[in-house]
Amino acid sequence: MSLLVPDSGLLFWMLLSFGIVFFVLAKFGFPVITKMVEERKQYIDHSLIVAKEANEQLANIKAEGESILAKANEEQVRILKEAAEARERIVREAKEQARIEGDRMLAEVRRQIQAEKEDAIRDIRRQVAVLSVDIAEKVLRKNLDTDKEQMQMIDRMLDELTHVSKN
Amino acid sequence: MKAMKYIAGLVLCLMLAIPVKASEPQEAEKVDAKEIVFHHIQDAYEWHITSWGDKHFSLSLPIIVYSNESGWHCFSSAHLLHSEGETYEGFKIATEGDYEGKVVEVKANGEEVRPFDLSITKTVLSLFINCLVVIGVILYTARWYKRSSPESPAPKGFVGFMEMFIMMIEEDVIKSCVGKDYKKYSPYLLTAFFFIFVNNIMGLIPVFPGGGNVTGNIAVTVVLALCTFLAVNLFGTKEYWKEILWPEVPTWLKCPVPLMPAIELFGIFTKPFALMIRLFANIMAGHSIILALTSIVFVTAGMGAVISTSMTVVSVLFCIFMNCVEVLVAFIQAYVFTMLSAVFIGMSRAEAHHS
Repeated sequence: MSLLVPDSGLLFWMLLSFGIVFFVLAKFGFPVITKMVEERKQYIDHSLIVAKEANEQLANIKAEGESILAKANEEQVRILKEAAEARERIVREAKEQARIEGDRMLAEVRRQIQAEKEDAIRDIRRQVAVLSVDIAEKVLRKNLDTDKEQMQMIDRMLDELTHVSKN
Repeated sequence: MKAMKYIAGLVLCLMLAIPVKASEPQEAEKVDAKEIVFHHIQDAYEWHITSWGDKHFSLSLPIIVYSNESGWHCFSSAHLLHSEGETYEGFKIATEGDYEGKVVEVKANGEEVRPFDLSITKTVLSLFINCLVVIGVILYTARWYKRSSPESPAPKGFVGFMEMFIMMIEEDVIKSCVGKDYKKYSPYLLTAFFFIFVNNIMGLIPVFPGGGNVTGNIAVTVVLALCTFLAVNLFGTKEYWKEILWPEVPTWLKCPVPLMPAIELFGIFTKPFALMIRLFANIMAGHSIILALTSIVFVTAGMGAVISTSMTVVSVLFCIFMNCVEVLVAFIQAYVFTMLSAVFIGMSRAEAHHS
């Protein structure tokens, strides 16, 4: 039966030591731990909410970025198209201008050639005239060596002239 | 290969049995298993650590007694334990009668009177050691939390394990059983849990700092049950007392003869009483079984090589099994004590029904 009778000495020491253990742990042990765990839990919950918000914001930013990118792409395409058009136009215009200029220069050259040609022809004519007069003079001089012949010649010529004027 | 190992093990066991057989003729005295078991379960004034041949290594503990006639006495138990019935300063350890094994004061007329005994006995010393272990473990854990902020990452290793352990009890047992103002009670319930758990586990360690039968001692469990009793009844709500003194039952059950109130009042005391007996009986029984199983080795030592060898194997296997079970019991009993305390506290926090 002695097993079931609490021993007074042990009872005393148990009361004392359990009291001390309880005091120490209730003051410096468990509340510190449970409070910190609780705080950490709150912190984690809070962090989760914040992270969710951040994620949403990130998604928004991403969407925004994508739209900006798409717009930029469009713009790029447009600009490229414009540039290509402008280039073509410029090339076309330049070609046109070059053609006109070429034509103009060709015409000028042609005109100049014409003028030169005419000049040359005129020159040749003059030369031919001078030459023919010279030749005629030489021929005449040979034929009109005598006075009689000269006179005959003058007469004939005068006749011819008169004949011409009569007609 | 495996079969070879088993055979080798069996041969080894048989070889170990040979010296036992050799010493058989000198083994005159019978081994009293009951004596061994009760000697362990009950308290002692010295802590027997081990014996090596004829030499006994034991820790002599201080005896602190108060006599009505001569006042306080404090001396080492070694003075009383040299030989049986030795007297020192008028005290001796009774060898028979009601106070067998306890320190008694020998009066002038030869009468043996039990003095007020505050000796640091084996159980008290293991209680102290276990208290230091509990405080050390919990404060070591708490130190980490003092040094860190909620932003710091969760602890790892031992502190992480303790956090998981503490929060398991806090969340699963205390919070769910006590209800909304669990915070007020959680330090007590957590202290009770870890106190019981550490004492149970330390009791299972067979060598010096452990091995004391602390929670298997009624004086220890009575204090714990008393604490729960106070925690339940000191902070009981009006509704709780109303349910005890004027429960919602047919009036004839409570008016002329207060039948239900009497039962309920009785219940106030049976609840902590059950807590006390449950913890005490479980741990004491655990210690008894393990010791009894160990005693098989010594009881069968004189019965021939074959029996003693086979019984030794059986004893060791059963001891291993029982120790595993006891580890489980150590946890379960601490858990059950805490949970039931929490449930009783939760009942005392009852609020008015909406009917």
